[in-house]
Amino acid sequence: MILQDIINTLSLPEFYFAVFRSATPVLLTTLGAMIASRSGTNNIALEGTMLISAFVGVVVSAFTQSAWIGFFGAVLAGFLISNILAYFILKLNSNSVISGIALNTFASGGTIFALYLLTGEKGASTSLASLKLPSIDIPVIQDIPVIGAILSGHHVLTYAALILVAVIWYMFKYTELGMHIRAVGESPDAAESVGIHVKRVKYTALSLSGILTGMAGAFLSMGYVGLFSAGMTAGRGYIALATQAIAAGNAVIGMLASLLFGFCQSLANYLQSSGIPLQFIQMMPYLIIIIAYTVYCAMVERNKKKKQMRAAAGK
Amino acid sequence: MEQGNILEARNITKVYPGGVVANHNVNLSVKKGEIHALVGENGAGKSTLMKMLFGMLAPTEGQIFVDGKEVHFTSSGDAIAAGLGMVHQHFMQVPSMTVAENLILGAETGSPFKVDRKKAVEITRELSERYNLKVEAEEKVEDISLAMRQKLEILKALYRGAHILILDEPTAVLTPQETEELFEQLLLLKESGHTIIFISHKLNEVKALCNRMTILRDGKTMGTYEISDLDEHEISRLMVGREVSLDIEKAEADFGKTVFSVKDLVYADQFGKTRLDHVSFSIKEGQILGIAGIDGNGQSELVEAIVGTLKLQGGQVRLNGEDLTGASVLKRQEAGISHVSEDRMRYGSAPKLSLEDNAISKVYYTGQLKSRGLIDSKKVNGFANRILKEFLVKYDNSKQSVSELSGGNVQKLIVGREFDYDPDLLIMNQPTRGIDVGAIEFIRKKIVDMRARKKAILLVSADLSEILSLSDTILVMHEGRIVGHISDVKNTSENDLGLYMLGVKEDSKEQIGGAYCE
Amino acid sequence: MSKKFTAVRLLCAFGIAFVLTVAIIFGVSEEPVTAIYNLFLGPLQSKRHFFDVFASSVPLIFTGLALGLVFKSGNFSMIADACLYTGAVVTAALAIKTALPAGLHPAVIMLLAAVVGGIIGSIPALLKVYFHTNELVTSLMFNYVFFYLGIYTVTKFLADRAAGTFASLKYQPTASLGSLISGTKFHAGYLIAIAVVILLYLLVYKTKFGYEIRISGSNPEFAKYSGINTSRVIILTQVIAGAVAGLGGSVEQMAMYQRFNWQDSPSYAWDGVIIAILSGNNPKNVPLAAFFLAYIRVGADLMSRRSDVQNELVSIIQAVLILFVTAERFMAGWKQRQEAKKALGGEA
Repeated sequence: MILQDIINTLSLPEFYFAVFRSATPVLLTTLGAMIASRSGTNNIALEGTMLISAFVGVVVSAFTQSAWIGFFGAVLAGFLISNILAYFILKLNSNSVISGIALNTFASGGTIFALYLLTGEKGASTSLASLKLPSIDIPVIQDIPVIGAILSGHHVLTYAALILVAVIWYMFKYTELGMHIRAVGESPDAAESVGIHVKRVKYTALSLSGILTGMAGAFLSMGYVGLFSAGMTAGRGYIALATQAIAAGNAVIGMLASLLFGFCQSLANYLQSSGIPLQFIQMMPYLIIIIAYTVYCAMVERNKKKKQMRAAAGK
Repeated sequence: MEQGNILEARNITKVYPGGVVANHNVNLSVKKGEIHALVGENGAGKSTLMKMLFGMLAPTEGQIFVDGKEVHFTSSGDAIAAGLGMVHQHFMQVPSMTVAENLILGAETGSPFKVDRKKAVEITRELSERYNLKVEAEEKVEDISLAMRQKLEILKALYRGAHILILDEPTAVLTPQETEELFEQLLLLKESGHTIIFISHKLNEVKALCNRMTILRDGKTMGTYEISDLDEHEISRLMVGREVSLDIEKAEADFGKTVFSVKDLVYADQFGKTRLDHVSFSIKEGQILGIAGIDGNGQSELVEAIVGTLKLQGGQVRLNGEDLTGASVLKRQEAGISHVSEDRMRYGSAPKLSLEDNAISKVYYTGQLKSRGLIDSKKVNGFANRILKEFLVKYDNSKQSVSELSGGNVQKLIVGREFDYDPDLLIMNQPTRGIDVGAIEFIRKKIVDMRARKKAILLVSADLSEILSLSDTILVMHEGRIVGHISDVKNTSENDLGLYMLGVKEDSKEQIGGAYCE
Repeated sequence: MSKKFTAVRLLCAFGIAFVLTVAIIFGVSEEPVTAIYNLFLGPLQSKRHFFDVFASSVPLIFTGLALGLVFKSGNFSMIADACLYTGAVVTAALAIKTALPAGLHPAVIMLLAAVVGGIIGSIPALLKVYFHTNELVTSLMFNYVFFYLGIYTVTKFLADRAAGTFASLKYQPTASLGSLISGTKFHAGYLIAIAVVILLYLLVYKTKFGYEIRISGSNPEFAKYSGINTSRVIILTQVIAGAVAGLGGSVEQMAMYQRFNWQDSPSYAWDGVIIAILSGNNPKNVPLAAFFLAYIRVGADLMSRRSDVQNELVSIIQAVLILFVTAERFMAGWKQRQEAKKALGGEA
């Protein structure tokens, strides 16, 4: 019965459309986490950054009545928060995890505090006339059966996220900035000795990570829903830490890991009326990511051991 | 400013966070086209001075001039732009990148949006040819030898247009033969108009290579001299303030029975590189066995394998007849192993914790520190202070943190802790690296004391004079294997050891096998 | 010098937080004086409010101890959140479904909640030791898993269908930690919390295992070379921390609630971070740090009831405090100038 539900779901083009939709915020955040991590800083504040950006996007779009200015506001908020984080980590030598947790605390309470100031509500921004960013139909592809339904008509930020996967892959592989980020993350002393401004590169990397996370926030509140609600990020910033770890610096694998999360999330949505208790469905995406992450780590460890054994046996 | 000085530092003072004065009114002037030695003991402030000249640290006070103009470097980039290049003691390279990528890093070929790797390889080959410094352009740095990494480091400076080269103890990781090769290349560079600052504490090297020298002691300049004006005794006196003889008096060897042995140790690291290749030897009571070798030829792994922090893929470790091969670190300690590790701050202590906490790490679980089942702070205090006093550690009170002590005092604390345990096997890994002369003398004497008390001692050191003056027997390691077994230490020179270390010379299987007996 | 500096820096961090708080209140409020008065002095206005502070500090003491212990061992697991929540769910189940004499009932419940907390606490640690996962990443996600599991358990087995909202059936009266001072919420749970503080202090500073925790947390490499089984330390500390958090959830439920209605996970584990930091990860200082946060919390509740400023302001204060208290180089310039003066002056 449940199996039948799953099979039915998997045969729906809308389901795959939903996979991309659910994956988008996690993908953007994963890319952000990846840039930060390759520069040698773990950005734990992603969750809070995303939440603040989601909030700012709604507020700015409501007041300016322009979705794009709202989007710009969200991205700018992401940029600013990640620079505050960078200031504490890089300038004041704070522990990155602790500072990240502090900013997340700030975000969860601060957004509610500000929301109440603006609307008198603590739950959601329903009373604000905020705007959404558009979805885009892709000519030609939209007319192909099945594929059109899966690939066309997505939110503009979904496409942006997919394009950014390629951009970031290229950046690490071919650009000066990408090389510098890698060098700074792997051996900061070496980078500094050849005149690379280590802190500047780290600031840049964290800024990029904030910008990408800001986009993710904008997607949440200005994508399909069109409002801000308290705690709406629901741990996606933490999920991104895991998908980022699985990706090990490779943007394409980061995309696949995010799609895995999107897959679980939309499967969960589709199975809500299937008779499986709701809470089990809700916990599934988190559980699957834990499993994927654990399997990944275990495999890395096993490969190391295998190599060791082989080398020792070879002699 | 004096005519012809290409680089000058005037009245430089540097105070580190924590209040350590590393340089105090230091003066240095270097003439164009010379090889200028900067000599001084470990901790005399040489590296600090160089870091300031190269923009990595800001002086607290003082001025720096390049080509007669005052400069204020805020980063290495500024120093590079002014024509300085530095070869650091620890190579400044990104291991996962290739030689060519490392060469151009920070001064990339191509555009910012498309780095030209092909061009980078070409440039690497071309420079390598021109200065006769052979490197493999397309190999990853993590796969090349230390000597090649050093050449890459020099090439990096030259690629950036350096005409003043600073080399910070460049021979520390080289064999005597590789050192000679390096000297030829440096003389070649000098002929082509480069100025070189050569930092060292090895007087024979300074004598062989340099024109003038500046001597530092305790963060102060002791003057600049023509090399020919001073003999080694005078230099030594200026460097350390007294004529020290680091020759240690020790009694004739009197070995007892075999206490400790390892047999056919095999280990490959996580990258699949073989680090220990069938290593076997044994140590007797009252014997100091020295292990020589260039850093990174398996010595660290050997020590880890004996201490128990490394999982071997093959072989056997025995102490007092007991097989310890699979045993935990704790079990080995209780069987009678003490260990002074090569890096006192990383492996040998918890720098942020108190002297007391660090002093009790071998006995913290025993009854002697407890009363009524709980650890008694009075007893801990007494125990720690006894060790600190016995081993002449300079400290204010035993509650202060280890990070507040100088290197020599930290090392004395660690040595005290390990010796007090009264072990049967004592492992000394780089026991005197980077500490002051007084502490060196003290620790070496203590090692000889332990020998007189019939302990088996394994001494691993990159300092050949230390190996030669303390050891009863010497083994030389090269690429994870034992390649030399020397029992006649008195008639062996540093150069002899160098041939083994480089892999040029190798003893017969029988000779090496002689290092092991049941 | 070092101690004095730490004190000065701590004072400055509090100063910044204070000034910022006052500035925000003046910026957003029509009645700033009322707001500020209630925030900072509200809890002192009556005996009831003052003892409320002690009651509110109880869960904070538990999570502060749990997080402090984990930090002390050099780890960063946030699993205390799941432990506390699940401990509370276990408490609800046992308080509803079992019948035991008054004294025994809470004792059994607390024991079981602690055991469950310990088991949950061990999961990220075990994954770390055996599969080399990062405990922060896995714990953050397990928090969601256990939260949904808890909600499921309550909805499915314990729910009061007549309640109309998310709530369990009422707890048995035997499963209650009553108030110790009439007319206030000061309850027996506070004494339990203090007992745990003492136990953990002894554990950390007076036992073999405590020494191993401190060495492993300060320098794991050195710990390994000293023969300390660091894997065991990682797992055991997180089991103990999980048990403490689970116990905290249990005490909180039995002392402050008559039915389970935590539809969202309370943020006590996250509050534990600031308690741990303010206490310097020393159990001895935890009650004071928890008292401070609870005081601000109670004050903020009064403020939001009596003025137009909302109590979420506290998370802003909390964040600012964490940021500045842990910023190593915050005011380092001042420190260094002092040191340089002293060092050079001493020589001249």
